Amino acid sequence: MALIVTPIVIVGLGAFSPSADVWRQLWEGPLPEMLWTTVALLVLVGGGTIVLGTALAWLTTAFDFPGRRWFTWALMLPLAMPAYILGFVFLALFDFAGPVQTAMRSIFGTNVWFPDVTSVGGVAIVMSLSLYPYVYILARAAMREQAPATYEAARMLGDSRRAALLRVVLPMARPSLAAGSALVMMETLTDFATVQYFNVQTVSVGIYQVWRGMFDRETAVELAALVLLIALIVIGVERLLRGPARFHQRGAPRDIERVALFGWRKALAIGACWAVLGAAILVPIAQLLYWLLTSPAVVTDLSRGLEYLSNSLGLAVAAAIAAMFFALLAAGGARFSGRTLVRRAAHLVTVGYAVPGPVVAIGVLVMIGWVTSGAGSNPAGLVVASLTGLVYAYVVRFMALAYGSVDASLEKITPATVDAAHTLGANPSRVMRQVYFPMAGAGAAAGAVLVAIDVLKELPIVLLVRPFGFTTASVWVWELASESRWAAAAIPALLIVLTAMVPIAFYLRRERLSRGSAVALETRLTTAGRS
Amino acid sequence: MMRNRSPWLIGALLLPLVLNGCGIIDAFDGDQAVRVYSGRHYDLEEAFEEYATETGIDVEFLYGGDAELRERLRTEGEDTLADVFITADAANLQLAADEELLQPMDSAIVSGLPDNMVHPDQLWVGLSKRVRTIMYHPDRVDPSELSTYEDLTDPKWKGRLCMRNSNNVYTQSLVASLIHHHGYDAALEIVDGWVANDTEILSNDIVILETIAAGGCDVGITNHYYLARLLEDDPDFPVEPFWANQDQQGVHVNISGAGVTADADNPDLAVDLIEWLATDGQESFVYGNNEYPVNPDVAGPPLVREWGTFLEDPLNAAEFASLNADAIRLMNEAGYD
Repeated sequence: MALIVTPIVIVGLGAFSPSADVWRQLWEGPLPEMLWTTVALLVLVGGGTIVLGTALAWLTTAFDFPGRRWFTWALMLPLAMPAYILGFVFLALFDFAGPVQTAMRSIFGTNVWFPDVTSVGGVAIVMSLSLYPYVYILARAAMREQAPATYEAARMLGDSRRAALLRVVLPMARPSLAAGSALVMMETLTDFATVQYFNVQTVSVGIYQVWRGMFDRETAVELAALVLLIALIVIGVERLLRGPARFHQRGAPRDIERVALFGWRKALAIGACWAVLGAAILVPIAQLLYWLLTSPAVVTDLSRGLEYLSNSLGLAVAAAIAAMFFALLAAGGARFSGRTLVRRAAHLVTVGYAVPGPVVAIGVLVMIGWVTSGAGSNPAGLVVASLTGLVYAYVVRFMALAYGSVDASLEKITPATVDAAHTLGANPSRVMRQVYFPMAGAGAAAGAVLVAIDVLKELPIVLLVRPFGFTTASVWVWELASESRWAAAAIPALLIVLTAMVPIAFYLRRERLSRGSAVALETRLTTAGRS
Repeated sequence: MMRNRSPWLIGALLLPLVLNGCGIIDAFDGDQAVRVYSGRHYDLEEAFEEYATETGIDVEFLYGGDAELRERLRTEGEDTLADVFITADAANLQLAADEELLQPMDSAIVSGLPDNMVHPDQLWVGLSKRVRTIMYHPDRVDPSELSTYEDLTDPKWKGRLCMRNSNNVYTQSLVASLIHHHGYDAALEIVDGWVANDTEILSNDIVILETIAAGGCDVGITNHYYLARLLEDDPDFPVEPFWANQDQQGVHVNISGAGVTADADNPDLAVDLIEWLATDGQESFVYGNNEYPVNPDVAGPPLVREWGTFLEDPLNAAEFASLNADAIRLMNEAGYD
C-alpha cells in the first residue's frame, strides 16, 4: 500500500511550504473562477452521464425493440473514444470555420446565432458522450443483478412501470450509479487536454499554467492537492449517496421481463440509441476517416504505426495485469483483516485516480532515480527501469478502476455464502480459493479491461516516463495534435479507438460466458463442503 | 475454454513490449550516438537522419513537451542520458539555464550568430526564428489601418479581433516582451485594451487563421509558419501577414533552440550536432516548418521569402523569458483567458 502512495507523497512533500504570495495572487486572480468552472463542469458531466447512462441502461434492460441486443453492447463502445480525440473532432465540426456553422451561414445569412462551442457546455457534452459508458455498464449490471425480483414484486403489488422504476430499481441501483459517476468525475477532474482545446480553465489547467508558465513547481503541487481535495469531497458524497445500504446478489443475474415497444415509442427508442452512438463514435470515426482519405501526405510508414501500437498494447496488458494483482491483494486484505485501519489503508490505494497524471509521473521519475542511481548511467538498466516505472505509474494512477471492480464483486458475496462454506467445513484458504477467487474473477476482468483502455488512451505519464525510442499510439497523436496537425493525427487516433474496442469485445464475450457463474458458484460451494 | 487460451493471448500481447525493450537496449550497444530530448518534433527526424549520413553519428531522440522534458532532466540529474535539450520556445531554454541544467558550449560557430539569438554564456542557442505577428483578411482590412500590437486596443477593432489563449507560451512571450518595452502597468493597459475590444480567445493558431478566413474576425495574432502551412495546402487562403511595430522596435520574434545538458555523457558530440544544426543543417531544420533560419548566411524557405524582409525586435530571448511568469500574472489580472 505504501508502494502505491509513495510517488504522490514525494511530490506532495513539496507542498508543505505554501508560498503565501502566489496563493494570494491566485485567490485574487483566476482561482475562484477556476474553482467555479471545475465545479460546474463536474456537475454537468456527472449529471449528463447519469442521465445518459441510466436512461440507456433502463431502455436496453426493460424494453424490447429491433436491434436491442446489438445496442446493448454497442453502447459500451464510446468508452474506446478518448475525450481529447472526440474534443478535437467536435471542434473541427462545430467551430466558426467548421462545416456546420459555415452551412448555417450560407443558409441563414452571416449573422446567424450559434451557441459558443468553446465553453463549459461544449466540454460537458463531449465528456458526457465519452464517459457515460462507466455509468451505463454499472447501471446495467445493477439492474440485471439486483433489481429483477424486487421490481417484479413491486409490479405485482400494483405499481406502474414508471413507479416501479423510481421506487425500486433506481434506489437499488443507487450505489452503482454513485460509483459510476464518481469515476466519471475523477476523469473529468484530472483531464487537462480536452478542457484546453475548449479553452475552459479548470483547476487542472491552472496546475499546468502555474507549473509550465510561471515555473512554480511548489504552487503547482499545492494546486494538485486542491484537486485531490475536490476528489475527496466527490468520494465523500459518493459514500453518502451509497449510504449504509448493502444489496447482495440473490440468484443469477438476468433481465427483467421486457416490454416490447411499438409505434412512435419504438422509433424513439431506436432513434435515441442511434443518436448517442452517432454523436459519440460514428460521426467522429467518419470525420477521422474523411481526414485520412482527403489530406495529402498523411500516410506515413505503416510499420512504424504498428510498432507504436504494439508498444501501446504491451503496456496496456502489463499495466492491467499488474493493477489486477495489486487490487486483489488490497481488496482481499481489506476483507480478511478485521481491522478498520487496514480497510482504510486499502481505500487509500485508489487515491491515484484523483491525482493528475504529471504529478504521478514526476513522483515515479524520482523513484526511478533512487533505484538507478547506484547503477550509474547504464542504458540497458535505465530502459528496464523506465518501462517498469511506466507500468508502476499506471498501477498507481488507475488502481481505483481495478480495486473498485474487484471490491464491488466481492461485496456481492453474501455473508451467508461465506458462513455456509465455513459451516460445511471449508478452511479460510479454501474459502478464498473456491468462493472469493471465482467471484472476484468477474470483477477482475471488468477492472482489467477498464485499466487497459485507460492506459491505451493515457498521455501525460507515458510522455514523461518513457525511455528513449519508446513511442506509443497516444504519444503519436499528441505529437501531431500539439502541432495542430489534426488531419495527420487521424491515423493514430483511429488506431487507438479501434484498439480500445478489442478489450471491450473481450469483456463482453466473457460477460456472456459468465452468465452461469452463479450456478457454477453453487456447485463449487457444494464440492467445497463435501471434500 | 477461454481460461486456457488467455495466458497465451496475454503472452502474445506482452511479447512485443519485451522485444521492443530489448531492441531499445540493443540500440545502445551500437556505435557512437548523441541523445536528444526535444520539445520540438516536427520534421526533426529528417534533419537527424541527414546528420547521421553525413557524420556517421546516430541521433537518438525523445520527444515531449518543453516543460515536461525540462522537469525530467532536473529529476534525472547526473543520471540523464540526454546530451542535447531542444525546445520550441525560448522561455523553457532560459529556465533550463537558470536551473543549471545546461553547460556552456564555447563554440566559435555559435558566437558567430546574431547576439540576440545566443545566451550570453552560450548556455543555449536559437536555431530557428518564429515571428509572431498580425494577420488580417485583405477584403475586410486595409493594411494601412494596421500598425502595432498596441494599436489593436483602438476601439475601431472592437469585435474584430481573434487571439490565442493565455496558456500558450507564444502569447506569454509576446506579452512578456510588451512588459519589457513598456513596463508592467503600461503593458497591463494594452492587454486590458484587447480585452475591452471583445477579443475572441481561441486555443490554437490554425483555428485563429481559419476563423479569419471564414469571416469570424478580421485581424488576429499568430506565428507566421501556421499561415505558411495553410498556404501550402491552399495557395488562395485569404489571410495576409502584416509585420507589426516596424516604426518601433520591430516584430516580436521567438526562437526554437538548443543547449548541451549539464551532465551530458558526450558533450563534444552534443556541441557538434548543435553546430551542424546552426550551419549545414539549417535548411532541413527550418524548411519543413517554414521557419526563418537564425544563420544570416542561410536563405529562408521559398514560401516565406516571398514575404520580404522586415524589422525584428532585437530583444534577447533570455530577457522576455525571464518575464514569462509576470506575463501570466498580467493576463490573469486583465481577465485575458
